[in-house]
Amino acid sequence: MLRFIERHTFWAIIIVLAAAILLLLIFSVWPEWLISAIGRKKTFVITLLNGITLAGLYFLVASGFTLVFGLMRNVNLAHGSMYLLGAYIGYEVSERSGSWFLGLTAAFFAIALSGFLLQTLVFRRMEKEELRQTLVTIGISIIAADLMLAIWTGTTYQFTPPDWLWGSSVLPIISVIKASGTVIYLKYPIYRLTVLAVAVLVGIALWLFLNRTKIGMMIRAGVNDRDMLSASGVNIQLVFAIVFAIGAGLAGFAGVIGGTALSIAPGEDIRYLLASLIVVIVGGLGSVAGVAIGSLLIGLAEQFGLAYFPTYGVVLTFLIMVVVLAIRPQGIMGER
Amino acid sequence: MDIRRLFSGNVSISEIHPAKIILAVFLIAYPSFTSDFFTFQIGAYSLILGTIALSLMMLAGYGGMVSLAQMSAAGFSGYIMAIFGENSVSVMGFGWPWWLTIITAILCGALFSTIVGAISVRTEGIYTIMITLAIAVAFFYFVRQNYHIFNGFTGFAGIEPPKLFGINWRDPVPFYYLTLFMAAFFLWAVFHCSRSTFGLGIQAIRDNPRRMRALGYHVGWHRITAYFFSGLIAGTAGVLLVWFNGRISPGSIGVEVVIDILVIAVVGGIRSPIGPFLGAIVFVLLENFAIDLIDRERFNTVIGLVFLLVVLFSPDGLLGLWNRIYPKIRFRRSVRTNGGRTQWDDSVSSGSFKTVNQ
Repeated sequence: MLRFIERHTFWAIIIVLAAAILLLLIFSVWPEWLISAIGRKKTFVITLLNGITLAGLYFLVASGFTLVFGLMRNVNLAHGSMYLLGAYIGYEVSERSGSWFLGLTAAFFAIALSGFLLQTLVFRRMEKEELRQTLVTIGISIIAADLMLAIWTGTTYQFTPPDWLWGSSVLPIISVIKASGTVIYLKYPIYRLTVLAVAVLVGIALWLFLNRTKIGMMIRAGVNDRDMLSASGVNIQLVFAIVFAIGAGLAGFAGVIGGTALSIAPGEDIRYLLASLIVVIVGGLGSVAGVAIGSLLIGLAEQFGLAYFPTYGVVLTFLIMVVVLAIRPQGIMGER
Repeated sequence: MDIRRLFSGNVSISEIHPAKIILAVFLIAYPSFTSDFFTFQIGAYSLILGTIALSLMMLAGYGGMVSLAQMSAAGFSGYIMAIFGENSVSVMGFGWPWWLTIITAILCGALFSTIVGAISVRTEGIYTIMITLAIAVAFFYFVRQNYHIFNGFTGFAGIEPPKLFGINWRDPVPFYYLTLFMAAFFLWAVFHCSRSTFGLGIQAIRDNPRRMRALGYHVGWHRITAYFFSGLIAGTAGVLLVWFNGRISPGSIGVEVVIDILVIAVVGGIRSPIGPFLGAIVFVLLENFAIDLIDRERFNTVIGLVFLLVVLFSPDGLLGLWNRIYPKIRFRRSVRTNGGRTQWDDSVSSGSFKTVNQ
């Protein structure tokens, strides 16, 4: 942090200023001229919160994607299918057992198992043939999407989370002060704030796992030089399988979390695959911090695009990707 | 040296492999002994899909750049046909003369492909797949949301080829010959291009971009130019496709279709320009006749399985499988007839997946 300020003093000042303006925008009561310029404060703050919570969801999906890539150089294009399958499995389990948390756990472990099997049965056979591995994942995602459509049909499903997660909370942010003097505070769904909290927790847990445990150390060593790692006596196949299982499990986990926030329907797999793709392209492949930055950028861009210029929302996301690629082809936090 | 060769250029009839002549005769005579359904829905459609896949094959096989946005380029030129030409939906439709519309559409397709190339040119291997897939999906969502220009979810309908020389070009037989001509032309062009200086340069860049850069080649421009050429192919095929369907909507450029083109190219074989057409025939036949084998709804499972099997067991597609089996058959036959040795072609000289991403 201090090093960053020392090296890029100018940018540090810009960032601090931007953060200050943002906080001012959030907590102050907006004057008339500002409302006439960019619309009501409520729209702005809710869009901001939506963007941040969506970013949390994207972080959950894309962190598994980038984890797998970082170690195995395998772009798992079946990641979206894993998200959707996790959502369906979680739905079935939680409907049968009546417990949403059981569904969440089941989704994580079922998809982790599928990832483990995929790694040990398929990808181990074609090591160092990245393009072929990627093509295999495309084939798997075609079949998976079709079979899921056969089993769960085209219906939209909706989770029923515990009651205390449903409903909305009042935020300490003033929306407007009416002429009569009554102060109206903003309301926001509790569940969406939970998504954000879960994403932050998962982020911290991943960081601790990668930086403070022995197996995390092996993974980081593997990212740097996997031949050296296996030469020093580590069973690299086991490390691969564990990482793939965790990455896939995160996708299944995100499936339930995201499926509850929105809904589950065919086609969601493509949506989240696109989201993870753009997030990791922007953030930099193989870096968890990059995923955090990328998902924040993309989540905000998507929601602000949706709120302020609906038809061209996708273009905004796309432009961010193009600009990042033009300036830093390896992504914001990516390394070559 | 044969004296005739001095006067007849470097190709004489006797040098062409008889299989090629038989194939050409078969393709030309094809409409005369089949029904309209086979001419139009199977023949012409396979040729169009094959041409789009050819533009992908050209990039992937010779350039090592697997671009999934080729279908989007084709779709874009189809949209341009609807927007600048005539359509039966009362959105856009400037009614430009047919020849101007076609040229604009093809060039727009090429431009689209060039832009995709410019965006993804600094990346390699799997990154290219990711970025082009992202572009393709983003274009799909954009087209679906945009009602001003692309008429959103509904898209356009009533796009028809011009009636020239008193022939309705959308009739099965003329349309088949049109697609056959275009496909043969591009096949020839790609073959030719792959042996030109530019084509060799692109293949060398695929094998070792660093060395080529050191030799003074501009790697980026070579790649972008390859994207432009393949965009011309994709754009033309897009025009044919929009005539074939008579309509275009976001569904025509959706992710499934984008992936289908990749499936076609990979199943057929990505090392030779013939591969995409072979893949397209297999794909279209499966699409039409898989109903008899399995429920119509489960077509994607069938094609996914075929794709998976090909990728797992024969990375060079059906053509690669043939190239592996053929020498063995020939060897056995020649052992039987001559009792001597035979030479077989070196099939390693063109690219395969293993060499793409080093």
